[in-house]
Amino acid sequence: MGEEPKVDRLIDARNTFCPGPLMELIRAIREAKVGEIIGVLSSDTGSKRDIPLWVSKAGHKLIGIYEKAGYAEIVVQKMK
Amino acid sequence: MAERLSIIVFSGTVDKLYPVSILASGAVAMGMDVDIFLTFWGLNAFFKDTVRTNTRMSKDFEDMASLVMQVMKEKKVPSWYDTLKRAKELGNVKIHACSMTLDLLDIKKESLDEIVDDIMGVGEFIETARNSKITLFI
Repeated sequence: MGEEPKVDRLIDARNTFCPGPLMELIRAIREAKVGEIIGVLSSDTGSKRDIPLWVSKAGHKLIGIYEKAGYAEIVVQKMK
Repeated sequence: MAERLSIIVFSGTVDKLYPVSILASGAVAMGMDVDIFLTFWGLNAFFKDTVRTNTRMSKDFEDMASLVMQVMKEKKVPSWYDTLKRAKELGNVKIHACSMTLDLLDIKKESLDEIVDDIMGVGEFIETARNSKITLFI
């Protein structure tokens, strides 16, 4: 997915379980300003589907999902 | 108006309280309101004094209980109570105590944990459930 974007906030939700990473992201998005880019590190399998679904439902933008060793970095931009 | 998930919580064992709190969290995450109706053993799990120390598990999976609890502890899974509390902080989750159970067992509202919002009769809860997209009995 090309070069990874620079994030304004990084949430390390590794080793938390569904729906932990999603809940952490929602909390961070609420606190963030419009346009901010937020990265979530997640080792939970459900996140890779749950988070994009929530992002589109909530009207934000999924920048990408970057696979790492044993976890993924999911990058989201707050749109409103 | 937000769509609603209604959950009738009849069970008071930890293995069943987990799905209650996780499903409530998921619903809140997806923008739904949640109404939880605590009745019988479900209500029994919400006493102020024991809500955090409850270790009861379903009888039918008793042989796996200690293993599951050990894994949860090792993996630092937040308790069902903390999960439910977080869902409440994040969204519109209302927890109602069944008035019939309270009356029957002489339970005072004060002895219930603060996470419980109010006391409700079954009729009102059914009206709530009638206006829900999803209703579960756990």
